[in-house]
Amino acid sequence: MSEIPHIGFIVAAYLVTAATIAVMIGAILVDYRRLGRALSRLEATRSGDDAK
Amino acid sequence: MPLRRAELGATQHVMAERSQESVNYILSGKGLGSPLPAGRGGDKTPQMVNLANPTAFLAVTRRALPWLAAAATALFVVGLWGAFAAPPDYQQGEAVKIMYVHVPAAWMSSFIYVVMAAASLGTLVWRHPLADAAQKAAAPLGAGFTFICLVTGSLWGKPMWGAYWVWDARLTSVLILFIMYLGLVALWRSIEDQGVAARAAAILTLVGVVILPIIKFSVDWWHTLHQPASVFRMGGPTIGPQLLWPLLTMALAFTLLFVVLHLMAIRNEILRRRIARLTMLAAAGGDALSRRLAAGGSGA
Repeated sequence: MSEIPHIGFIVAAYLVTAATIAVMIGAILVDYRRLGRALSRLEATRSGDDAK
Repeated sequence: MPLRRAELGATQHVMAERSQESVNYILSGKGLGSPLPAGRGGDKTPQMVNLANPTAFLAVTRRALPWLAAAATALFVVGLWGAFAAPPDYQQGEAVKIMYVHVPAAWMSSFIYVVMAAASLGTLVWRHPLADAAQKAAAPLGAGFTFICLVTGSLWGKPMWGAYWVWDARLTSVLILFIMYLGLVALWRSIEDQGVAARAAAILTLVGVVILPIIKFSVDWWHTLHQPASVFRMGGPTIGPQLLWPLLTMALAFTLLFVVLHLMAIRNEILRRRIARLTMLAAAGGDALSRRLAAGGSGA
């Protein structure tokens, strides 16, 4: 494996690509969960107000 | 557009000023009950109503996302297998394997800008309710793919050219594109009123379209280290089929990945606006209003 010329550059390129894609996916999923929680809280508050 | 201004630029201070105006708008049935607010093209383009309805968009997205994500994953598996099974280039050797991530990322960096430009037209010309959400959602993704393009290009350049970076026309113009993406992300975050931010970002995006032909033709217009086009060119590709099919498969995988991430990001934007709207309604303090709205439909 280490005999392949420029293997370090090839591995680094694929790692950077994978990491960047993982960050994009992760950021969107974290945002989605945060927004979902906020929306649930707001709707629960509204339901509570209606019940009073 | 009273609802839009209050809905998107919601702060306690602004809400206090605009709440009555907005509440009147919502109670008129134009804000939450109808899929497309009046005066924004809904009456004139009924065929656009379903596409413009954020609730319908969320439903379609919920059904489509798993299939699109599975297709993107499958394409990545096939593309990566093809990339690593492909023979080495007669000049570049195994370093050509960087091409399978660099070139699709480069194509995506321009393609996403085209998507943003189309969304900007949707915002400014057709006033499509989801156009500014699509534009906003695409900017960070464009920055991400352009970052991949720049870094992998740099890692490819070192063994091939002997330098990580040169102030070459192609490299420099792509760097400018990356900075433009970051600028658009910053613009969205720096203007509180999202309606104003949408128009400003749309205008800036359309002005910035000039960078796309510069990137495309930079290798023809100037003497550069970067090689000229070798796939989409007059006379057909100059790459052998054994190297070409994994490249095209990876390009399709990157495109589907962008579609999946873009849909997810637009969905987040719709939820963000729904939260802003509910917060505004809570600030308006109308329990009776809430009940009337709940009875009248949720909207976005």
